[in-house]
Amino acid sequence: MKLAVLFSGGKDSTLAAFIAKKEGYDLGCLVSISSKNKESFMFHVPSIDKVVRQAEVMGIPLILKESSGKKEAELKDLKIALVDAIDRFGIEGVVTGAIGSVYQATRVQKICGELGLECFNPLWQKDQIELLRDLIKEKFSVIIVGVAAYPLGQDFLGKKIDAGFIEEMVRLRNEFDINPAGEGGEFESFVLDCPLFSRGLDVIGFEDFGEKNSWRREIELK
Amino acid sequence: MILVIDVCAERLHFYEFVKPVLDIVKDEEVLCTYYLDLNLDDLARCDKVIICGTSLKDDGFVEDIDKFSWLKDFEKPVLGICAGFQILGLVFGGKLGKKKEVGFFKEEFVSDFLGLEGEVEVYHLHNNYVDFPKEWRIFAGEYFAQAVNWKNFYGVLFHPEVRNRDLILRFALL
Repeated sequence: MKLAVLFSGGKDSTLAAFIAKKEGYDLGCLVSISSKNKESFMFHVPSIDKVVRQAEVMGIPLILKESSGKKEAELKDLKIALVDAIDRFGIEGVVTGAIGSVYQATRVQKICGELGLECFNPLWQKDQIELLRDLIKEKFSVIIVGVAAYPLGQDFLGKKIDAGFIEEMVRLRNEFDINPAGEGGEFESFVLDCPLFSRGLDVIGFEDFGEKNSWRREIELK
Repeated sequence: MILVIDVCAERLHFYEFVKPVLDIVKDEEVLCTYYLDLNLDDLARCDKVIICGTSLKDDGFVEDIDKFSWLKDFEKPVLGICAGFQILGLVFGGKLGKKKEVGFFKEEFVSDFLGLEGEVEVYHLHNNYVDFPKEWRIFAGEYFAQAVNWKNFYGVLFHPEVRNRDLILRFALL
């Protein structure tokens, strides 16, 4: 079955795509919604224009759609992008990186239902620490490009997801109730390399924007 | 040993509908099997059975309902979740009806059902409901059954692996 990946460039949607491929599914295209609303509940924002580079090294066509980011407009834009994916690439299903967000999952399920598409959420209800460990096991190179929760600050940007990061997230979960996988938007990640990439991406520069516990890093890729 | 039965025709759905249930009962001895690979030895060896759900579109199990006829004489505890719930209804003579519900819904449990009582928010993901013979007790569901019990059989149309994990743990301890 040919699938569209609802792709943000972060660890969850990339890991979901990796699992789909491993299970024998054909990744027909990536679909990314670039939301102008920085508070979007549906789509993650930081570094989304860099998904173009990720799509290149994956060798998978990308449908990149801009959205005003207003709640219902976002869903309409996603539906339009998926209709495009059906027309151009013959996709029969969608794979997402949803873990626990019923808000996101419900809306994507409904749109898939309306379009007659299968909806796959291979990370659904997955233990958050297990998810981070899987990234390391599967040789994902992932960095943090956004934070939005106390006590995370600018010093958290650029951190690599490794064994030390997992230890820190376990501590932050116990002390501050931070979701270790960051699905509530506590932090945003960007995948620099993984088994789906023909080669890794190198960061050659960056600029940070924000204050206190809300930061994003715009990275420049080689 | 708990026998967990996977009814997903699409292999990728295992991660979404079966693995979360396996994670919840990870401290128990568990055997997971695909419904078309089920054999009588597994049913004889296990202490209880959980039949998991699947996606809105993945309903091939409805055409294979004869593969579940063993349920008619089965005397160990069985929990049917969503697709598993529909299978219980169909095996015991019920018919499917169309009703799509996706997302969180409040259901009223008239008395304790594996730890759920009163108004409880549950996660729905189904296109169909099913009716049950009159001897089955309905614990929740205003227009059609959402939670049922009869003898050793327990069924929920919703997905307890999302936000109502204790229901599965309580079943595991029966």
